[in-house]
Amino acid sequence: MPRVSSAAELEGLRKDILSRREPDKPCITLCSGTACHASGSTEVAASIEEEIKKQGLSGKVDFRRTGCHGFCEKGPIIVVHPEKICYLQIEPKDVPEIVSQTIKEKKVVERLLYTDPATNEKIIHESEIPFYKNQERIVFGSNGEIDPTNIDDYLALGGYSGLAKALSQMTPEQVLEEIKKSNLRGRGGGGFPAGRKWEECRNAPGDIKYVIVNADEGDPGAYMDRSLLEGNPHSVLEGLTIGAYAIGAHEGYIYVRQEYPLAVENVGIAIEQAREYGFLGENILGSGFDFTIKVHRGAGAFVSGESSALMTAIEGRVGEPRPKYIHTAIKGVRDRPSCLNNVETWATVPLIISKGAEWFAGLGTEGSKGTKIFSLVGKVNNTGLVEVPMGITLRDIIYGLGGGIPGGKKFKAVQTGGPSGGCIPEEQLDMQVDFDQLAKAGSMMGSGGMIVMDEDTCMVDVARYFLDFLSDESCGKCVPCREGIRQMLKILTSITRGKGKEGDIERLEELSEVTRDASLCALGRTAANPVLSTIRYFRDEYEAHIKEKRCPAYVCKELISYYIDPEKCQGCMICFRQCPAEAIIGGKNQIHVIDQEKCTKCGTCFEVCPPRFGAVSKMSGEPVPPPIAEEARMITRKSEAK
Amino acid sequence: MKQEEKVETEAAGSGKIDQIIDKYRGDASALIQVLLEIQREHHWLPKEALEKVSNELGVPLNQIQHVATFYKAFSLVPRGRHEIQVCMGTACHIRGAPRILDVVENLLGIHPGETDLGLTFSLETVNCLGCCAMGPVMVVDGKYHGKTVPANVEGVLKSYD
Repeated sequence: MPRVSSAAELEGLRKDILSRREPDKPCITLCSGTACHASGSTEVAASIEEEIKKQGLSGKVDFRRTGCHGFCEKGPIIVVHPEKICYLQIEPKDVPEIVSQTIKEKKVVERLLYTDPATNEKIIHESEIPFYKNQERIVFGSNGEIDPTNIDDYLALGGYSGLAKALSQMTPEQVLEEIKKSNLRGRGGGGFPAGRKWEECRNAPGDIKYVIVNADEGDPGAYMDRSLLEGNPHSVLEGLTIGAYAIGAHEGYIYVRQEYPLAVENVGIAIEQAREYGFLGENILGSGFDFTIKVHRGAGAFVSGESSALMTAIEGRVGEPRPKYIHTAIKGVRDRPSCLNNVETWATVPLIISKGAEWFAGLGTEGSKGTKIFSLVGKVNNTGLVEVPMGITLRDIIYGLGGGIPGGKKFKAVQTGGPSGGCIPEEQLDMQVDFDQLAKAGSMMGSGGMIVMDEDTCMVDVARYFLDFLSDESCGKCVPCREGIRQMLKILTSITRGKGKEGDIERLEELSEVTRDASLCALGRTAANPVLSTIRYFRDEYEAHIKEKRCPAYVCKELISYYIDPEKCQGCMICFRQCPAEAIIGGKNQIHVIDQEKCTKCGTCFEVCPPRFGAVSKMSGEPVPPPIAEEARMITRKSEAK
Repeated sequence: MKQEEKVETEAAGSGKIDQIIDKYRGDASALIQVLLEIQREHHWLPKEALEKVSNELGVPLNQIQHVATFYKAFSLVPRGRHEIQVCMGTACHIRGAPRILDVVENLLGIHPGETDLGLTFSLETVNCLGCCAMGPVMVVDGKYHGKTVPANVEGVLKSYD
């Protein structure tokens, strides 16, 4: 492939790519992100390739494995172009029909379409499915169109035109001004204005500067950065290169967790291709600007996602944070000015340069511009990644896009911002989601995790879960974080075990304050958020645990028991057979009894008891009735009695 | 103990480690990358390999020890033939992951971070695999077992014996 050495040549190349593409030629695209891979997309891909051959369509149909489409609940997803027919939850056995019906006969396979649960209507196109309909997919939307290992796909959609514009028509100062004007705020956690960070780094003294992509996405329940890096790596490379130009850096790093092997692989391929085409390396697009990128794999430490820790890790040392009296923008990697932003922030940059700061600032709210990708997970019908304009309400996200709570359960809270964030209760569902509103509610945007919780979730247990996570991930360098989190965890654990004492809540609040004020990095400073927000909104649950030794959501193992109602048990043996602890005493036509000593509270009996019997119940805060006497356990059926 | 020694000599004796180190010789900042590649090759970091890394990269052994014990990806003891990961991410947690972990622990008699005596299974917990739609998720040797319930854990594990 010849090197592209000017903006005009890039446009020529793009025309050439487009002219070689036949818009009417059928093309099957298959989602191949990590989540779809886990639900079998590799097997589906093999059977698509085989079936195209078998039905004599080689060369007449294109097949493309794309990045994540976002609707992980219904994966693997197939979209057939040019009609854009969307099929969900595809298994290899569905493929012959798709090829013979949709490709050959141009007919829709009804049974594979999305069914709207509200109207029972079948929906043909991806864009009409309620999950996608109200999204604004400016950053994430190309994922479903692009084979991430083929740079031509990205170029066909206008890729690298932002870089070309920046290098050929703008000075670095103008690029910086544009980003400042757009009011782009960092998508990785704190929401710091990207333009200000860039400017500080640009103005910092020193010839050698670095730009860094933070792809150490550590928040449990958030995976949008991975999906972007896997599915559209060139958008991140393009954004990073534009940033480097504005800041005056010639070296860049992508710090990506080794737990994301597909992202590592795809970003490596993308860097290689960008270099071949001349979008990286020396004299990029004939502008005289040089820039190279190295990939650094992180070895699994949550705290290494903190900017100063991440930079230490890039140097090959243990990724622990340092005090930031001097910003990393001035002294970062090897004590040189270093500008770090997260994946989504960098991927947004080319769009702002291409379409202008005003277009970007036209989306979103006063203080938070543009869109944000959230990972909507937990107790919600449509799990997946959604990109929405800032300012949309939580209710619109959870009920509009997410389709509400499964199994007719009641919504309890939504947790945002990962382990540094907080839980937001039902009363605030109509809150507009942006950086400032979330902070006001005692939570934060974080990287965009949104975990929906229903009535079966215990909020004390959730707080304990996050503190357990944080105590494991605290690097231990500073005492307030290490000890503060440990002590809070100890109290929370004792509360969930029914050993809570009067005054525990107040002690948690006091510890929270010290940990927040005195910790070195954001991990410790925000560690109390899950505790404080659950105390603020769900104090009654804490009190029930402490005073009545009762877990209202029936979660905390030490506080609950399972009980088989002898009036309802039909002696069907289902729970008897499935109990992994062999804790159920019973036999055919005998009322079953749970041996409370042996019971591990796994809940299997509760789940498998046929709903028409509903004999197993959960109890908390009250003693379990004594087991029914052995001689009374024989069940006499009405039919037999006659 | 004997088995452990054997594994150790085999690992250090193979040329693979030399090949990995060769790529980064003298570059101390590549330490984490080298260890990751050795870990991937052998599933653990034998002491002899670490000594080699120390010599060739010019990094003191105590600093290597610091890195190797700080990050989750590294193991300083041999691993079982099958690797089990139980996802403890937030979404899996609220969908009942702790109950899955309980059952796995009870069945194998090991806790996260441990390997059974027969070197059959190693058990780990991970904080989110990013396939929350399938939660709770258990991964064995890279194969995902989604929407796991306590009752079918035993069946899954039996298929790997």
